[in-house]
Amino acid sequence: MTDRREVESSPNNGEGIHLPILGQATRRTAVKGAAVALGLAAFGRAIWPLISIPENVSVDEFLQQHYKELTEEDKRKIFARLEKETKEDYGADVTLSDHRPIPGVKFVYAINLSKCNGNGKCMEACNIENNHHRDTNQSYIRVFEMTKGSMDMANANSTYEHTVPQDDKFYMPVQCQQCDNPPCVTVCPVEATWKEEDGIIVVDYNWCIGCRYCEAACPYHARRFNWETPVIPEEEINPNQDYLSNRIRPQGVVEKCHYCLHRTREGRMPACLEACPTGARVFGNINDPESDINWILNNKRVFVLKEELGTRPNFFYFFDS
Amino acid sequence: MTGNSTDQPLTRAAAARNYPRFLWWGLGQATNGNWMFYVWMFALTAVFLVGANAWAIQVSEGMIVTNMTDHVSWGLYIANFTFMVGVAAGGVMMVIPAYLYHDKKMHDIVIVGELLAIAAIVMCLMFVVADLGRPDRFWHLLPGIGRFNWPMSMLTWDVIVLNGYLLLNLHICGYLMYMRFLGVEPNPKWYVPFVMLSIFWAISIHTVTAFLYCGLGGRPFWNSALLAPRFLTSAFVAGPALILITLVVLRRIVKRPIDQGPSRLLINIVRITTVVNLIMIISEVFTEFYTGGAHTAPAQYLFFGLHGHNQLVPWIWTAMVFNVVAMILFLTPWVMRNSAILVVASLLAFIGAWIEKGMGLIIPGFIPSTLHEIVEYTPSLIEWKVTAGIWAAGFMIYTIAIKMAIAIFSAERPIVRGQ
Repeated sequence: MTDRREVESSPNNGEGIHLPILGQATRRTAVKGAAVALGLAAFGRAIWPLISIPENVSVDEFLQQHYKELTEEDKRKIFARLEKETKEDYGADVTLSDHRPIPGVKFVYAINLSKCNGNGKCMEACNIENNHHRDTNQSYIRVFEMTKGSMDMANANSTYEHTVPQDDKFYMPVQCQQCDNPPCVTVCPVEATWKEEDGIIVVDYNWCIGCRYCEAACPYHARRFNWETPVIPEEEINPNQDYLSNRIRPQGVVEKCHYCLHRTREGRMPACLEACPTGARVFGNINDPESDINWILNNKRVFVLKEELGTRPNFFYFFDS
Repeated sequence: MTGNSTDQPLTRAAAARNYPRFLWWGLGQATNGNWMFYVWMFALTAVFLVGANAWAIQVSEGMIVTNMTDHVSWGLYIANFTFMVGVAAGGVMMVIPAYLYHDKKMHDIVIVGELLAIAAIVMCLMFVVADLGRPDRFWHLLPGIGRFNWPMSMLTWDVIVLNGYLLLNLHICGYLMYMRFLGVEPNPKWYVPFVMLSIFWAISIHTVTAFLYCGLGGRPFWNSALLAPRFLTSAFVAGPALILITLVVLRRIVKRPIDQGPSRLLINIVRITTVVNLIMIISEVFTEFYTGGAHTAPAQYLFFGLHGHNQLVPWIWTAMVFNVVAMILFLTPWVMRNSAILVVASLLAFIGAWIEKGMGLIIPGFIPSTLHEIVEYTPSLIEWKVTAGIWAAGFMIYTIAIKMAIAIFSAERPIVRGQ
């Protein structure tokens, strides 16, 4: 207020006629001050729910660096913290690991559309294996019931609830295509998602800011956002978890199919393949000339989805001739 | 102290010392007003607080409180963000005549457009933050500290151009007002280069924002080379429309007359941009529907509904009617003479662009989804509250900034002398 008086009176120094106005201004200033104080108090009350951030996000988590910048020591501490938090929040004892790509390996998936009958076991297996939210039956896979004679997805339906297979239909599961030219990775503003040497595209769930630009960019509807904190009963939690794959994701971040890297980098098959009762799914290392997947790609007339977009998927489809 | 007169440059130290006093004085003046002003500000504060509370709830409970889904993963926030980028860019339609064509009368009030840009950009940044699933990780976006995926991600370009545009306008407005406050003739070297830069920058903010969408091959509705030009033309409708309304209001409030010249020029600009905008819409609609096929599905959904899903149809036709009526009104001579008709025409043009460049642009990008599933979207109450809160904040900033400018530019003599 002293500032104000000086400023206002300075052009009229010595004239003295502004005194009544000064008094008025002071009263007005006092009222304004009271209004500002009230406003700030109301603002503080309005944003009070933000207290959940310090309650849920520890200082260590807040300051945590990007996965690629973590040392082994950092990882050890972070994994221990995440295991502890899972115990606190879900009651389950889990083990976090850090499977790295096997040098020389590149994973490729293929689906035999003549065999797939739309039973949906792959979606169930994905839901359990990857610790998805239970209420929404979340899964990285969508199975489409296609109309025979058309490859147009406009004639497909993913929400069918009748017995399968239907005579005039065929069934096409769609999940992340692990593209060699992935639009989702290009658009991420913070490099929270990237392609690893074995072709798998992963997400650092502790780095993603949740802008969902990748969800808009993906032509295959492969990405999922955690609109809420996943709810999973303690006894159903898969304790074998990996930092970049199936650990329980925090609210507000994007996730996607990672070819079950916590299994496949150990030489096992993805959960969706193991669950498939028809044998429609073939998975393996394209660089191994003896692998089944190599035989399929060499001997079947395979195709990829939306080839015209130039995304170069590592996910193939074929029919038995 | 005695030797310092107005035509002598201030010492650097004195200038720095006086800047906080200038802000304090300006804020004091800007918060003086009649009862109408206080009612206006009180109402805006109330709406803003409701919005702030809704946002805080969204952060604590998760984005589940919005009605967005994995199918429609951007909604009301990004729609408003896109539109407000246009409003921010629209102010340049005052800057170009004022500085490139040396329109003296426009020059006198060009600050209205620049202040509008400041308020609009602040709103844009608020909408982006409101849309983030993890606002606590905002620092990951800061160049140097986080990991900034530049130049690949168009979103990082947008972060740069939007913040750059905000800084440019803050500098230009701040400098001109501060010099006036001190009673010193502004030195062109300190603002004209920035003004010239801001002209290109204004074009860039809306172009980059269009590139955000039109670069996505999986979304045929956005994947059009016409998107950036369409963004710009509709920006040059909505921005000037809001400025025209502002000028009508200012004429009532400010005691001194404001010249009609700038308004006439802006009307003439809108006359052209509304027509160009409509031509572009027709051109896109023709290409979509004459060709047909799966590529047409989002446009089909938007204008006529798809397989019985038609929530956006009333919206877009409202926008079309508003656009056409506004265009007709702007083309008549009445808008020049009758300020009521001018306000109606401007409001219609503004709301028309808000629908068309907001929900009408973002939502059909997601419907049908990339795998041709149809999941519709209506914003939740929380989303409406947050959106209203951000609009209220924007209007508050705009009001205060303009009142500060009026106080400074209508002062008879410098408010302080260099000391």
